[in-house]
Amino acid sequence: MLEIGLGHYLTVAAILFTLGIFGIFLNRKNVIVILMSVELMLLAVNINFVAFSTELNDMVGQVFAVFILTVAAAEAAIGLAILVIYFRNRGSIAVEDINMMKG
Amino acid sequence: MIEALAFYMFAAITVASGVLVISMRNPVHSVLFLILAFFNSAGLFVLLGAEFLAMILVVVYVGAVAVLFMFVVMMLDINYVEMRQGFLQYLPIGGVIGLILLVELIVMLGGWHLEPELIATGAAPMPVPISVTNTQALGQLLYTHYIYLFQASGMILLVAMVGAIVLTHRKRTGVKKQVIQNQLARTVEDSVELVKVETGKGI
Repeated sequence: MLEIGLGHYLTVAAILFTLGIFGIFLNRKNVIVILMSVELMLLAVNINFVAFSTELNDMVGQVFAVFILTVAAAEAAIGLAILVIYFRNRGSIAVEDINMMKG
Repeated sequence: MIEALAFYMFAAITVASGVLVISMRNPVHSVLFLILAFFNSAGLFVLLGAEFLAMILVVVYVGAVAVLFMFVVMMLDINYVEMRQGFLQYLPIGGVIGLILLVELIVMLGGWHLEPELIATGAAPMPVPISVTNTQALGQLLYTHYIYLFQASGMILLVAMVGAIVLTHRKRTGVKKQVIQNQLARTVEDSVELVKVETGKGI
């Protein structure tokens, strides 16, 4: 219990990932919270990568985590930009009527 | 002992703020709890020995991404009350799927163990902590073996920036702006007109 190993970190990451999935299902009317849930899931993946990197004594896991962080930042920027123009056109951010984007 | 206490504190606050992120009524509070979750996972990274990633997490996630979220949440004028409708409707299916996923992950974690001889076969073993810091080790790897991936991630960020600007930029009508090519294309013929005015009449 007091010996913190790989399993503890993986459990935290698993719980965070599940929370992300749960948040996507729960907030169907609010794209902002869905984007935040995606950020939570990416954070969980990063915790996994860093935990394994430490456990296996291998730096590559941390290098990969840096790239995941980059992609997450780009994803947040693009997602929020799409959200802003969607709100400008529709006046709401509900996911349910987002299928109007297919033209 | 202290490490264990710190781990449990960081992990508990991370998970608790994760729960609050997805269940808060007001998205502004959600963003604030997201920031708390990021800070505490930075603490977890420090415990794991990844100091550089912890600092990057604070700088990039808290300083850039969360603030971006905050801007957008405050910029959009949304009725938060009607947004909560359907929350309870999706609770059962979301709960079932989340529970299934969690059980699967825990089963996978329980029945899994690491081969001890695998530990020695890493592609880039970590240096001895005293001789090289984590940041140095990461830089030595990132700028040598992974330089192309590093450049590629720079291109991804550039494309994202251009994309975000192109998406949100709008041409506003009715704004007087200087257009230099129109000014340069003017000739005497279409800008000056000589009129012979008769006395006492005007134009």
